[in-house]
Amino acid sequence: MKFPAGAGHFPPRPGNGGNMYDLIIIGAGPAGITAAVYAARKKMDFIVITGDIGGQAAWSGDIENYTGYQFVTGPELVSKFEEHMRKYAIETKEGEEAVEIKKGPAGVAVRTTKGAYEAKTVIIASGKKSRELGVPGEKEFKNHGLTYCATCDGPLFAGKDVAVIGGGNSALDAALQLMRIARRVYLITNAPAFTGDPVMLEKVRASAAVTSMVNTEIKEIIGGKMVTGIRIKKDGTEPTLSVGGVFVEIGLIPNAAFAPEVDKNGAGEIKVNCRNETSVPGIFAAGDVTDVPEKQIIIAAGEGAKAALTAFRYLSRMR
Amino acid sequence: MDKKVKVYSTPTCPFCIRTKQFLKDNNIFFEDVDVAADQEAAKEMMQRSGQMGVPVIDIEGRLIVGFDKEEIKKALGM
Ligand SMILES: Cc1cc2nc3c(=O)[nH]c(=O)nc-3n(C[C@H](O)[C@H](O)[C@H](O)COP(=O)(O)OP(=O)(O)OC[C@H]3O[C@@H](n4cnc5c(N)ncnc54)[C@H](O)[C@@H]3O)c2cc1C
Repeated sequence: MKFPAGAGHFPPRPGNGGNMYDLIIIGAGPAGITAAVYAARKKMDFIVITGDIGGQAAWSGDIENYTGYQFVTGPELVSKFEEHMRKYAIETKEGEEAVEIKKGPAGVAVRTTKGAYEAKTVIIASGKKSRELGVPGEKEFKNHGLTYCATCDGPLFAGKDVAVIGGGNSALDAALQLMRIARRVYLITNAPAFTGDPVMLEKVRASAAVTSMVNTEIKEIIGGKMVTGIRIKKDGTEPTLSVGGVFVEIGLIPNAAFAPEVDKNGAGEIKVNCRNETSVPGIFAAGDVTDVPEKQIIIAAGEGAKAALTAFRYLSRMR
Repeated sequence: MDKKVKVYSTPTCPFCIRTKQFLKDNNIFFEDVDVAADQEAAKEMMQRSGQMGVPVIDIEGRLIVGFDKEEIKKALGM
């Protein structure tokens, strides 16, 4: 997609003398929120554009590895993060998503679902989202029996037969939760074996309510108003399995499609160096959207802090 | 005038918790319906909203699916 002609010459912003921002932070998960706190303390002129507050941290159930909290739930930690951010008068555009960012001669143009902005620097902290199956019926039946959050929607499937798709820890975790609620759980992976934690796998295997299926592909989600079944492919045949719920747990993909100019690795993660610089000067990235080795809240937060300080240095050099 | 607000939720869903926190922070009274514990309420929610995701927020009969802050604010006239 191209920016409209004249992009980069957006109308002057009221209250800002027509200048562009110092910084735009994309995303308000642990990385983006921490970057915002650091940017505020450096008195940078910036905004935060984000789909939601908290990102994946809001989805995390019990967190036991964020220093200072021996135990905290995701929503609680996110409330704390948000409270910290709100202490500074940070202009936050919630419910708005970056659609394309483009480096120009003066700064970086950011086009969103609601408008267009420009800044001298950008920090991409857009994290990750659930990977989709990419099969017919998936979009139509989302929230109509198909879900990406077993923790949230699981209880609505009490007494039903359900399918959990995936072979890793998140799939095993979903199966563990659902085997207590649902009547029967089909745990289905296209791989030859499940790869998750052996302890979890043992528990799942021990349950009479779970039927595990390996080397099994999902071809289609079927139903009327709600899901009634899935068409699977196994050993050359394509039978239909009747289920009232489908839980998709096949991993996460980085939210980086809106930044086509920056270099990415094979997994689509934005490549950064230890200063959070991307391949494009003035564009920085932090947290789960990057190729940083571990994906954890405390790491994303630390990366966000680093990115804001690097952006601050970059701006000092520009002046 | 206080509006009649009802939240269909599960105890474990993060955005249910955040929805309720948001309402509390704004001093909005609401009825909390736990669809994990109450199968009849779960059925009612699915029938009324035509879908199975939580939270569902009922503001004077108007249904909002998900923690959509802007829509909730609008419906409450905030
Ligand atoms: C179920 C679950 C449990 C977990 N448990 C733990 C745990 O116990 N301990 C731990 O340390 N980590 C845990 N994690 C991992 C942790 O949540 C992540 O590592 C962390 O949230 C990453 O932070 P982030 O800010 O990089 O990205 P995210 O948290 O993914 O946040 C990204 C933000 O960007 C926004 N966004 C996305 N696309 C756009 C766009 N185009 N424009 C604008 N905004 C956008 C999103 O709305 C969101 O606000 C868990 C993750 C999950 C899913």
